Amino acid sequence: MATDPRSPAAGLQGSRCSGCSVAVYPADDACPRCGGPARPAALQGTGTLWTWTVQRYAPKSPPYRAPAGGFVPFALGYVELAEGVRVAAVLDVDDFEDLRIGMPLTVTAGAGVPRARPTTPGEEGS
Amino acid sequence: MSTDVLICGAGRTPFGRSEATGRQLAVGAVNAALADAGIEWSRVRAAFGGSDSAGLADTLVAQLGLTGLPFVNVKNGCATGGSALVCAVNAIRSGMADVVLAVGFDKHPRGAFDPRPEDWGLGSEYGSDGLMVTTQFFGMKIQRYMHDHGITPRTLALVAEKAYRNGALTPEAWRRTPLSAEEILDSGMVSDPLTRYMFCSPGAGAAALVLCSPEAARTMDGPPVTLRSAAVRTRRFGSFEVFSPWIPGGEPTSVSRDASAAAFEEAGIGPGDVDICQLQDTESGAEVMHMAECGFCQDGEQERLVASGGTGIGGTLPVNTDGGCIANGEPIGASGLRQVYEVVQQLRGRAGERQVPGEPRVGFTHVYGAPGVSACTVLSR
Repeated sequence: MATDPRSPAAGLQGSRCSGCSVAVYPADDACPRCGGPARPAALQGTGTLWTWTVQRYAPKSPPYRAPAGGFVPFALGYVELAEGVRVAAVLDVDDFEDLRIGMPLTVTAGAGVPRARPTTPGEEGS
Repeated sequence: MSTDVLICGAGRTPFGRSEATGRQLAVGAVNAALADAGIEWSRVRAAFGGSDSAGLADTLVAQLGLTGLPFVNVKNGCATGGSALVCAVNAIRSGMADVVLAVGFDKHPRGAFDPRPEDWGLGSEYGSDGLMVTTQFFGMKIQRYMHDHGITPRTLALVAEKAYRNGALTPEAWRRTPLSAEEILDSGMVSDPLTRYMFCSPGAGAAALVLCSPEAARTMDGPPVTLRSAAVRTRRFGSFEVFSPWIPGGEPTSVSRDASAAAFEEAGIGPGDVDICQLQDTESGAEVMHMAECGFCQDGEQERLVASGGTGIGGTLPVNTDGGCIANGEPIGASGLRQVYEVVQQLRGRAGERQVPGEPRVGFTHVYGAPGVSACTVLSR
């Protein structure tokens, strides 16, 4: 596939089946529902938290690479985008106590897995 | 109606940590199953079995005896035992053999399973960023379920409390020390909302069954149990599975729902007819959700059922009477046949201190695992 699925400039680059409209992330060239061809599609970055958990202990290394300052617990979850697809993301929140199913989140793609942070007022629908 | 298949022998080893190899455990379970049926290995006409990470089942003939029988290796993740059982059933129904062995065994290293992203078709960032951790999936699935159906953390603790209570009554179980709901809630959060003592641990163990045609069963010792059905299914589109970078919107589908429905249809009975069941309890949340996915209650009813003791021994629907995976640990290849072993003991009235009162007549077993596979059986005496 020509598009780098994690190019920051491109937003969240998924794909959509031309036959059954199923959107997926990361992009795939076949639809997992019908097996038909799928085309690259930019996914909207805003959505709501569908479910979440907190990784309380350091995952096994390898494959895990702890950040420079060492492991700190992090939240992760699935963000339901407008397209209907739920995307796994690390959740950048100040306090785990703030995590609520349904809270508005904005997902961005960078060098690693998608990351999501609480949507700030005025950002909705962007 | 196809030929009945009868279970005439059932054997298991203790589960947990072991000095023995997985293959040695398997030989122990096979010999126990043969002794239970009162037959020699040479009477077995076909065998099916496997492990996830403890070797090939067909090599067991070196210890069991080189009788020349067909021995097929099965490697099907958490459904290894269930798939071996389906193969054994088909071998009997097709007339291939009248006495068939099914065996499952495993031995895993200490700690959580250690998957590699490339084996799952995922980018390396899912490993390096820390998303290749199985407990995360279990936490996230039950988190959503609790939100949708009003299940509380205390119910998750009560499920584990029951597992350890039943494990204490099961000589072959690994975790045999009762723990209170409070101790379980306070045991340290692993993946919210699941705490340390709500999880099973990978371990070692083996289980084996001798299955027979009705004619062959008449020549054997002990009361046979009828295997009314055995069904294996893989996930359909829309299911929520471990290590998914995305999942589809809408109400998730469930492979456990599909496999259990297939098993009940084949058996010609429904969940309401079941007196005792064994449900995959990788952690407390899984048991709660599988009660509904397998048709034993409506979503949300677990909150009342568990609190009232309905799933305990002596309850309206005893679940995981041997302590399940939480108290026995999870040797992947062995779990499915351990469940059948337990139901066989209960239906024969030989379950000792953990015997369900009232002479249970119908039992059900269910395993579930990655990457979306489930195997179910219905048994009756």
